[in-house]
Amino acid sequence: MSSIETAKPIVIDAEEARRERGRRLERTGRWLLPLIIMAAAIIFWDRICVWNGIPQYILPRPGVVLNTLIEDAGLLFSSLLVTLRITLLSLALAVAGGVGLSVLFTQSRWIEMSLFPFAIVLQVTPIVAIFPLINIYVDDQTTKLLLCAWIVAFFPILSNTTLGLNSVDRNLIDYFRLNGASRWQTLWHLRLPAAMPYFLGGLKIAGGLALIGAVVAEFVAGTAGQSSGLASRIIEAGYRLNAPRLFAALILISLTGIVIFLTLSWISHLVLHRWHESALKQEQ
Amino acid sequence: MAATNKPFLILQSIGKTFASGVTALDRVNLTVNDGDFMSLLGPSGCGKSTALRIIAGLSQPTSGVVDWRGPPLEQNDIGFVFQEPTLLPWASVYDNVWLPLRLRGVSRKEAGPQIAEVLERVHLTGFETAVPRELSGGMKMRVSIARGLVTRPRMLLMDEPFAALDEITRFKLNNDLLELWQERRFTVIFVTHSVFESVFLSNRITVMAAHPGRVFEELNVEAPYPRDAAFRTSAHYAELCRNTSQTLSRAMGVEAADVVH
Repeated sequence: MSSIETAKPIVIDAEEARRERGRRLERTGRWLLPLIIMAAAIIFWDRICVWNGIPQYILPRPGVVLNTLIEDAGLLFSSLLVTLRITLLSLALAVAGGVGLSVLFTQSRWIEMSLFPFAIVLQVTPIVAIFPLINIYVDDQTTKLLLCAWIVAFFPILSNTTLGLNSVDRNLIDYFRLNGASRWQTLWHLRLPAAMPYFLGGLKIAGGLALIGAVVAEFVAGTAGQSSGLASRIIEAGYRLNAPRLFAALILISLTGIVIFLTLSWISHLVLHRWHESALKQEQ
Repeated sequence: MAATNKPFLILQSIGKTFASGVTALDRVNLTVNDGDFMSLLGPSGCGKSTALRIIAGLSQPTSGVVDWRGPPLEQNDIGFVFQEPTLLPWASVYDNVWLPLRLRGVSRKEAGPQIAEVLERVHLTGFETAVPRELSGGMKMRVSIARGLVTRPRMLLMDEPFAALDEITRFKLNNDLLELWQERRFTVIFVTHSVFESVFLSNRITVMAAHPGRVFEELNVEAPYPRDAAFRTSAHYAELCRNTSQTLSRAMGVEAADVVH
């Protein structure tokens, strides 16, 4: 019976056709609109410079910034690598520290109650205020920066993963008990996979924060002339009134942040797309 | 008929009072025979689920003894099916059924034949790689039952497993469950608030009353197995349902007409 029905040509009524057109428009609009707005903003920026005759050392035209980006590529990209290295290393340490601590927390409520305040203190104290202390205690430049970026990045992973590890279906916990599962088995086969969506949410936030942490740490260290990352290029360019290079470095940092965010979103999608609500397309 | 008169499990004067002071069970005495399909039937709050959790060992009674007869119970011997399918949402059907074996150290490959067999019995062959969200409610419940049976337990505890399903799916699963029970001869304790379901499935029904939860009356369902669609529409089935309904309404202290299945 169903084969006969599907053999008929599909007739779409007017309302459904309109809805389909709307959906198609939205699909292209989602990409096109931000691009158009961005292009318009850049043109507007350029026009403002020309109309008002703003000198290059105050606000360079977009074309000049692009040229600088190409001409200074060697310098800027080697600095970017330094910043990126700190960012990724601190993110990796934040994952290890955040997940490790949250696993420890779920093993005992007492540990959680005792240690969580320390995590909060670390989180709420501005990193620029802690840095002078770190500067006194730690000699190694890389370790200093890593520590800073880590302090900023690890908290969202810790708090999200702890929440995830504790948000497991009570019946499933009972089921594991019923089957004589050990603490380790319950953690590995149940709690950790159940916490995955929460962890990945925390990771997305931490990715951006690790970059911010790395740049801020470089700024503070950079004022002492000890750093070679992108932040120190910005400070340097600022001293020399080299606005085009300042803008170029700034754009590189933004692009890096966007790439980190997209990569982490993509990883999150890969892991969750088959089973978790957050990653499913809404059926209409 | 699979049931015998050999006691398998005896609850002796089981009481359960929660920390809040609520008495969930009051001196419950119950004997389950080897091979019984026993339903615990009663209104909400009569302690059916609490009794089941105590039998499973998930909860400790405040007073009384759970006395297991026969050969000593092993880890494999109790299967549990919850009201919700309670599956691992990230794992495939195959891996969900593998779970109880995996927790006992059986490798994925070793478990293969057992999993294939039990999936075939619940009509899920071909769905091994699907994840729970890709399945209908009835299919998820089948996975849950397969997971409960894959260890070949001597006793299957079921806590209102079909309550959330539509009637057609529920009838199908009722039939399949009965077939499995007759074939494998395990003992079932089945918690339900449906008179029709309890009469169709069980050879014995324990009607419970609430506030505090207690055994009100035990009924034998005098109808031979196998029971099929013809039994469901027979006058005898209707008669048995009426009797059970009346007992339940007495347990609830209300008129029979007010009792919903």
